[in-house]
Amino acid sequence: MVVSCEAVWREISNYLEDDMDPGLRSAMEEHFRSCQHCNAVLEGTRNVIRLYGDDRMFELPSGFSRRMERWLTRNVVVSRGTWPGWLIAAVAAVLVASSLTLARSLMTPNPPLRSEHAQAGHGIPPDMVVVVTEGAKLFHVPGCEVIHNKDKQRTLTAKEATREGYVPCLRCMRKYLNLAGARRAGAHAEKDEQREAAIRAAVD
Amino acid sequence: MPEPNLVLENSPLAAMTREQQLIASVQQGRRELFYELVRPYERRVYAAALAILRNEADAEEVCQEAMLKAFAHIPQFRAEARFSTWLIQITVNEALMRRRRDRTVVMEGLAEHPDEEGNYTPRDFADWREIPSEALERKEVRQRLAEALAMLDRKYREVFMMRDMEHLNIQETAEALGISTASVKTRLLRARLMLRDLLAAGWERGWFSRLPFEKGSKPW
Ligand SMILES: [Zn+2]
Ligand SMILES: [Zn+2]
Repeated sequence: MVVSCEAVWREISNYLEDDMDPGLRSAMEEHFRSCQHCNAVLEGTRNVIRLYGDDRMFELPSGFSRRMERWLTRNVVVSRGTWPGWLIAAVAAVLVASSLTLARSLMTPNPPLRSEHAQAGHGIPPDMVVVVTEGAKLFHVPGCEVIHNKDKQRTLTAKEATREGYVPCLRCMRKYLNLAGARRAGAHAEKDEQREAAIRAAVD
Repeated sequence: MPEPNLVLENSPLAAMTREQQLIASVQQGRRELFYELVRPYERRVYAAALAILRNEADAEEVCQEAMLKAFAHIPQFRAEARFSTWLIQITVNEALMRRRRDRTVVMEGLAEHPDEEGNYTPRDFADWREIPSEALERKEVRQRLAEALAMLDRKYREVFMMRDMEHLNIQETAEALGISTASVKTRLLRARLMLRDLLAAGWERGWFSRLPFEKGSKPW
């Protein structure tokens, strides 16, 4: 059997898939031995398949895995029994939204109107090392007595914790939080967390 | 792979891969293991969603929703299927649903041409040389490849993505995208040949010129 270049181009994909009868296959092999053009097409196509098929072609946006883990922790691990995942997610979204505003206000430099005395030592240093645990929404100074699940704790900076939606623990972060408004907001978050835990316990 | 110590030698679990053990554990209620189970496929799942939606934020959201769906349906997962394929199919499905929903704002859908029936004639017959996969370590190379892929019509891009990047087989690709296997084959051929031509042209423009190839030889 003799095949033309056109026939080779039409079948080259099937050839690479090894999806053809042996007769055509050997005719194509014969053709590749003598036709430089078709050989170039074959090897170029092989390059395409090999390069695009490599795992390195896939890049995740930064923080993707962390967000996915957190998402699944909230919606799969934490939400048990008949407690619907979307409800937990909605509650969490509200908490995150409010805590983000709070934390942002804590971490940006103090507004210029405040006195120098009030500014000193206030706000959480963004690169301060803090601790979070799975399933909870607070971040702590390492060693804080409020931390549950100590074996599942994770260390990160205050800035990262905030970006992931954690809010400061009122117990151990208090000295950074002497803004009246912040304390109120923080207390809310803590209360919400207790409430959520209570609901979860009731549903279990 | 480390042998998990909880597995007894005579237990049916002993013959299972780590992944099969994880699946079985999650099916039995060990929810906390679900992320460990899907984690190795995050990149593929994300790439599949991105190929369809072409928007990073949408793709990420769809991945999260798709993983919840996968979790909800994991009791129905059967061991004879490939778990990675199953996850990708769920994600593709979710992404297609999202795109249908948002169709009004997606202009690309209007510009679809029917499958090209005629044969594709390669344009570039340059001498070839194998490009080492290490070339992918360079961001520039990955970017060029991504740009070439983005130039394909959606129907070619998606089939190529599923078959050659996600490594679904022809049948699975057809099912994931809801088209015939004949269409998959036609589109795949065209996608591969078009990409080769696009990259050959790029070669001429010097995209890969700083790669350590022999002078005068062309990889496409
Ligand atoms: Zn030829
Ligand atoms: Zn604390």
